[in-house]
Amino acid sequence: MATVSTEINPQLRTVHRLTAAFIAVALVSLAIANVPALFQAFDRAGFNLYPYARPVIRTYYQGLTIHGVLNVLVWTIFFLSGFFPFVTVYALGRPLASMRLGWIAFWVMLGGLVLAAIPIFANTATVLYTFYAPLQASPAYYIGLTLVVVGTWLIGLDILLTWRAWRRENPGRVTPLAVFGTLATYALWTIASIGLAVEMLFLLIPWSLGIVDTVDPLLARTLFWFTGHPIVYFWLLPAYVSWYAMIPRLAGGRLFSEPMARLAFLFFVLYSIPVGLHHQFSDPGIGGGIKLLHTFMTFAVFFPSLLTYFNVSASIETAARLHGGTGWVKWVRNLPWGNPAFTGQVMGMFLFVPGGISGLTNASYNVNQAIHNTTWVVGHFHLTVGGAVTLTFMATTYWLIPYLTGRALWGRRLAVAQPIIFFVGMAMWSETMHRLGLESTPPAHVPVPGSLVRERVGPEPDPAPHRRPDHVRGRRPLLRDHHHDAGRVARAGAGGGAAGAAGRGRQPRAGAEAAR
Amino acid sequence: MINRKTLLELGWILPSIAIPVGMLVAVIVSAFGMMIHVPSDEGTILPAAIDSTPPFDQPGVLRQVGPNQYEVAIVAQIWVFNPREIRVPAGAEVTFVATSRDVIHGLDIEGTNVNVMLIPGRITRQNAIFKEPGVYRFVCHEYCGAGHHLMFGQIIVEEP
Repeated sequence: MATVSTEINPQLRTVHRLTAAFIAVALVSLAIANVPALFQAFDRAGFNLYPYARPVIRTYYQGLTIHGVLNVLVWTIFFLSGFFPFVTVYALGRPLASMRLGWIAFWVMLGGLVLAAIPIFANTATVLYTFYAPLQASPAYYIGLTLVVVGTWLIGLDILLTWRAWRRENPGRVTPLAVFGTLATYALWTIASIGLAVEMLFLLIPWSLGIVDTVDPLLARTLFWFTGHPIVYFWLLPAYVSWYAMIPRLAGGRLFSEPMARLAFLFFVLYSIPVGLHHQFSDPGIGGGIKLLHTFMTFAVFFPSLLTYFNVSASIETAARLHGGTGWVKWVRNLPWGNPAFTGQVMGMFLFVPGGISGLTNASYNVNQAIHNTTWVVGHFHLTVGGAVTLTFMATTYWLIPYLTGRALWGRRLAVAQPIIFFVGMAMWSETMHRLGLESTPPAHVPVPGSLVRERVGPEPDPAPHRRPDHVRGRRPLLRDHHHDAGRVARAGAGGGAAGAAGRGRQPRAGAEAAR
Repeated sequence: MINRKTLLELGWILPSIAIPVGMLVAVIVSAFGMMIHVPSDEGTILPAAIDSTPPFDQPGVLRQVGPNQYEVAIVAQIWVFNPREIRVPAGAEVTFVATSRDVIHGLDIEGTNVNVMLIPGRITRQNAIFKEPGVYRFVCHEYCGAGHHLMFGQIIVEEP
């Protein structure tokens, strides 16, 4: 992709600036979002760097809010808001119905982002990206995020108008797959975002402004997840559009089955709305029957993902064999691994396999209780949105940059190495998070008093809650201690009884040695 | 006439249906055959009236409800569980009845099936059987503000 086509219809080029603007904001957000991630990683490894982050990041939880909101809402949504118009314009061969609407959407979203970012960085919206009421953030946070959602609707409207204009100009022609997928994504998102819109407009914004006194926490939470699960398909489907439309071509072949791809998109629209309650299996106030129904619907969404997995893999293999690939596995060598756009997306697909499977655990009604609100779930969404989606968006950026800027990539080999390094790191990290989750390690914790940091258990609260206590910092590597700890629960017979916290700290180790 | 491509597609689609359906059957069997259920609708409570409404007026007091069966109330608030320590005899089946006084909290008792949300205004009910004596720690696993990580406690299971 280093060579840039010079035969682009100049009318189509008008979308380039819009796409570039969205992706620039997305990349800046990604860069900022992952600074707190570094602090968290060091923190878990026993190095407290938060004092050096003041006054920008004041607490662990503020850092976590920055990390969550900028990655999961801004990086994803700004990227796809630039990506979809680009795909639509080039797949249909006509400019956007309204460039002005596209730019209005961009400025509304950027304005919303700035509005939400001000209280986040001022530490007056440290409510994580779930913002469960009655934890309250500054009204600017809710209004800002609402504006971002409004912007996505405007982009969707612009794409719909563009498609309608194309239909009038090309009667009887079949809508290209990439645009079909784009329209399916916006259909899904328009329905799914109603929950968040209602939560913001009728509950959180009036409440944070003091117009109403109370909100129903369960209602707010349910509306949040009405949008909060399908929103992951809003992030995932642009990756699917890219896998279907770009990957077979990059591999040097064509899509194995286009009808199957269209079917997968339709299934997503049909199945993906009533799934949000699978985040609320542990909630009181919601009946078991409706929870089981959401398990069923979530499993149904697994099906189009399996179709996609098959279809894209088959396309890749067919392409490799077209280029001389042979054998059961040897054909893998006949793929364009030197192309960052290809390698990055395939790395994302690899991460999506375990990510999708652990998602089935999350969606499984009572099995969910083994891992609900543990680091397992954190591991899961770092494989899906943080792995598959993010790697695909990164790889697509490498493909887009030459088109948008008219210049070849500065360091192509670096661009190939980057997703591989990301893949290795995320695979190791997520595997560990899944494993810790199975042992009931809670997420979003500073020094975890549960399984993770045994020494913390004691009756006295920490006087400086944002700071890790000194005696925790020097603790031994987490996994080894942790396994001893898990063993202790199983063999708790060793007379834990009334023994003090300090004493218990020693016992499990002895117990575990004896067990061997 | 079924060609190779169709066979390949069918060979993938049929297991793709069978795997989720099989897992769903397993979930339904474990739910209705083994009675492993998730929290359901257990009623509402006014957060302001917690201190005067049984069983929350006596949090942490173990009440026997049957042979080796007990019930205990837990009230969560920022950033403490009331009580922080519960003592139960080994082998007891304990039903935890819990609620929150202010924001959304969680209750996760390690080594048990108790992994539930505590939502202001709602009552959560979940039970666990403590077979082995020992210390079972519980934590709040839902971010509830600056002192979230201070919310924990322990269940001490004693030899009967």
